Amino acid sequence: MEPNLAAENLQTIRTLMERSAVYRRALAPIMLLTGILGVLAAVAGLHFKMESPRSFAGLWLGTAGMAVAGAFLLARRQAIRDQEPFWSPPARRVTQALLPPLLSGLFLGIVFARLDADWRVHVFMVVIWLLFYGCALNAAGFFMVRGIRWLGWIFILGAMALVCTQALTSHGIRPATGSLTMGFFFGGVHLAYGAYLYLTEKRKMAA
Amino acid sequence: MNPEPYLQLDRVIHEKGRLAIMSALAAAPGLSFTELRDLLAMTDGNLTTHIHTLQQEGFVSVAKSYRHKRPLTACSLTPAGRRAFTEYIGLLEQIVRQNQTK
Repeated sequence: MEPNLAAENLQTIRTLMERSAVYRRALAPIMLLTGILGVLAAVAGLHFKMESPRSFAGLWLGTAGMAVAGAFLLARRQAIRDQEPFWSPPARRVTQALLPPLLSGLFLGIVFARLDADWRVHVFMVVIWLLFYGCALNAAGFFMVRGIRWLGWIFILGAMALVCTQALTSHGIRPATGSLTMGFFFGGVHLAYGAYLYLTEKRKMAA
Repeated sequence: MNPEPYLQLDRVIHEKGRLAIMSALAAAPGLSFTELRDLLAMTDGNLTTHIHTLQQEGFVSVAKSYRHKRPLTACSLTPAGRRAFTEYIGLLEQIVRQNQTK
């Protein structure tokens, strides 16, 4: 056997092992659902002027709960349709990667909601949620399609940009800032990525 | 070059399709038939033939069950299969190393 062929075989084995360990459920429907929920929550927050920390946190933690439940149901439906086990090893790895940052975000959200503060605390809540959610996506991205890690970085960089913006324009914070930012990231960014995935996944299936 | 490592390579595993199946199952124990088929871009017939060969050698086990009233075929490596796969990789590495030390 040619030594080069042996090295090629090893590379093929490595690639296949990496690919088989990746979570392969179609993510487009999950991203689109999350995006729609994000936009609806932002519209509700602005329309009903949910400005107290408690109502703001309640609105967004409730939306996050609905998004998680929806993602669970969509992934489960796909697994049943494809005759595959839902709680597969890749699904377990993705869940393990997502859980610590998401639970931390939930915990801090509840803490902030109970603070006796005015609407300015929204900005801190948004920064923390963007950071933790970005870290969760980045961690899960090691077991999913590569784009998820980039999506995670968009949230992390968004949080940093928000901190810088608020530091520079501390007098210009408005009550609507929280809902608008959450709507942009959790609504708009998810919708854009969902649309991108929808088009690319469809093309891959047609190929 | 010492030809011995090459001669020791398991002939059953040393086939492109079967090596791909073994590699996939080594990283993700308990893949379904459809997952394997999609991952390796094989036809149903081709995959069935290779899995049957690996099953006869005792390298792969196949479990058939029903989930939500639909048949589910799950494939996994047996301990003997994992051992044979590890040995196969060891021999490939040995071949590469021999070439590097020349």
